[in-house]
Amino acid sequence: MSATTAADWLKTRRDPSWIARLFDYKPLLIVLCLLPAVGLLMTFLTYPLGLGIFLAFTDTTIGRRGVWVGLENFEYLLSDPLWWNAVFYSVFYTAVATVLKFGLGLWLALLLNQHLPFKSLLRAIILLPWIVPTVLSAIAFWWIYDPQFSIISYVFVEVLGWRTTNIDFIGSAWPARWSLIAANVWRGIPFVAISLLAGLQTISPSLYEAALLDGSSAWQRFRFITFPMLLPILAIVMTFSIIFTFSDFQLVYAITRGGPVNSTHLLATLAFQRGIPGGQLGEGAAIAVSMIPFLVFATLFSYFALARRKWQQGEGND
Amino acid sequence: MTDAAATAGSSAAANAASAQPEHMAWDSRARRMVMLWLPLACFVLILLFPFYWMTVTAFKPDAELYDFRAHNPFWISSPTLNHIHKLLFETAYPKWLMTTMLVAVCSTFLSLLSSTLAAYAIQRLRFKGSQYVGLAIYLAYLVPPSIQFIPLAAMVHQLGLFDTPFALILTYPTFLIPFCTWLLIGYFKSIPYELEECALIDGATRLQILRQITLPLAVPGLISAGIFSFTLSWNEFIYALAFIQSSENKTVPVAILTELVTGDVYQWGALMAGSLLGSLPVAIFYSFFVDYYVSSMTGAVKE
Repeated sequence: MSATTAADWLKTRRDPSWIARLFDYKPLLIVLCLLPAVGLLMTFLTYPLGLGIFLAFTDTTIGRRGVWVGLENFEYLLSDPLWWNAVFYSVFYTAVATVLKFGLGLWLALLLNQHLPFKSLLRAIILLPWIVPTVLSAIAFWWIYDPQFSIISYVFVEVLGWRTTNIDFIGSAWPARWSLIAANVWRGIPFVAISLLAGLQTISPSLYEAALLDGSSAWQRFRFITFPMLLPILAIVMTFSIIFTFSDFQLVYAITRGGPVNSTHLLATLAFQRGIPGGQLGEGAAIAVSMIPFLVFATLFSYFALARRKWQQGEGND
Repeated sequence: MTDAAATAGSSAAANAASAQPEHMAWDSRARRMVMLWLPLACFVLILLFPFYWMTVTAFKPDAELYDFRAHNPFWISSPTLNHIHKLLFETAYPKWLMTTMLVAVCSTFLSLLSSTLAAYAIQRLRFKGSQYVGLAIYLAYLVPPSIQFIPLAAMVHQLGLFDTPFALILTYPTFLIPFCTWLLIGYFKSIPYELEECALIDGATRLQILRQITLPLAVPGLISAGIFSFTLSWNEFIYALAFIQSSENKTVPVAILTELVTGDVYQWGALMAGSLLGSLPVAIFYSFFVDYYVSSMTGAVKE
């Protein structure tokens, strides 16, 4: 009796085939698992990054291999008022939009962090601008900014009677710049608010209770508890936001295409205009490469924020 | 002594105030109204208004659309399906929708597959330098598509992929894989390692462990990553604009902007109908999985 059960037990324990053993060999398994991701990223991310930097030093056009021209593209850009204009507007756009997005986003997050009915529904509604394809909401903004049939103009002129003429949203340089920033802020607030809300929810209520017992004011609780505890997440969200605002393309391309008179070109739209329809791949690549220093700066910012968090939590805690 | 009495008095007053909420009830309700509900209502109104305006425009006949004096612009007096009919039957809109869907589904599948394997290797098959691979993949997420599209356009031309959906299916994973991998690493981290150790002792192979233990437990993470990838690839614009030329291969966002905007007179009704229809699939998809979506977004930020 016992012998047969032992035999049965042994029988089910068949030797793994050589192929199963091969796939259980750890180094091979690691290579196989990493291969698709690393392969795709190497081919379509790292290589193009290098290729882009190489192209920036050549005069390649679409369909023709370029020759090495050294720093000629960059010298040309430095003397190009359009490039300087794009650098100015990219920095301005990023700075103003980031400040507004984080100010309003933090406010919205603080509002949502209170006890509310229908909280998850509210959260779902608020995220909507971020879910919908940017270009499609940008087209809606384009229609809202229409010179003749703008609904905002209608409200100001016909309903409120504050103005006598329609507002010229995207017809001249500065209004167009501010209109684009408004659209970007509109789209960015939900992401900032929901990310910061997640950060707020991780702060332990006992800290606030202790502060209340010590007689702190609402501002003190925000300044000395909420803000410092939120800082690590704030830094990361801000890095992402800065990078993707600085390299923004869709909004500007959809609403103004860099106009009027090239006043709202960001570096990305300028690079596109020169590189793809213009066919000057080398010059476009040079413009794109000139964005890298700014992006590296933002990434370093993130890195040091992360390092700071580790230091706060104590060593070996992550 | 007087100091102590004063503090005692004030704390007694504070106690009384907190002990008698009904006395303060009206005041705090009004305060809550002004400090909480009013700003919140403004936020929601502003965040939703463009969608309302998009919807209203899509169903308005042209006569109403361009005459604010005779018709209240905030309301539709005689709704019409003309714009949507025009969009579906006189343009290649259904074809664009199909292309977008194909590209989004394929690139989501591709990046989900490769990032699951990569995350498993990095988090579970720990090897020397695995954390550096993880960091490198994280850094890849910080490379924005706007600095990549020009060299990628040159590559796509050379590989003969220009103007085919494959150009998009192969390039979208570059921004999807870093995000998904990072998300899944976090998810795998939350699954107890003891479960895998037990399986190892029982003689399971690594692949069996991945398929039968880790993946079933990581399903919520996989769903989050999938939804996120799908919406990101549905929304992608710059690669689709740069790599696709012929009208029938365009994705919805590109096609609306380049095919529907013709001449100087914009067909606002059709444009808004197109935007609305193009947003709907993502919005519906999102509404089913909103909790996964939020958790993936916030989880990735917190990692």
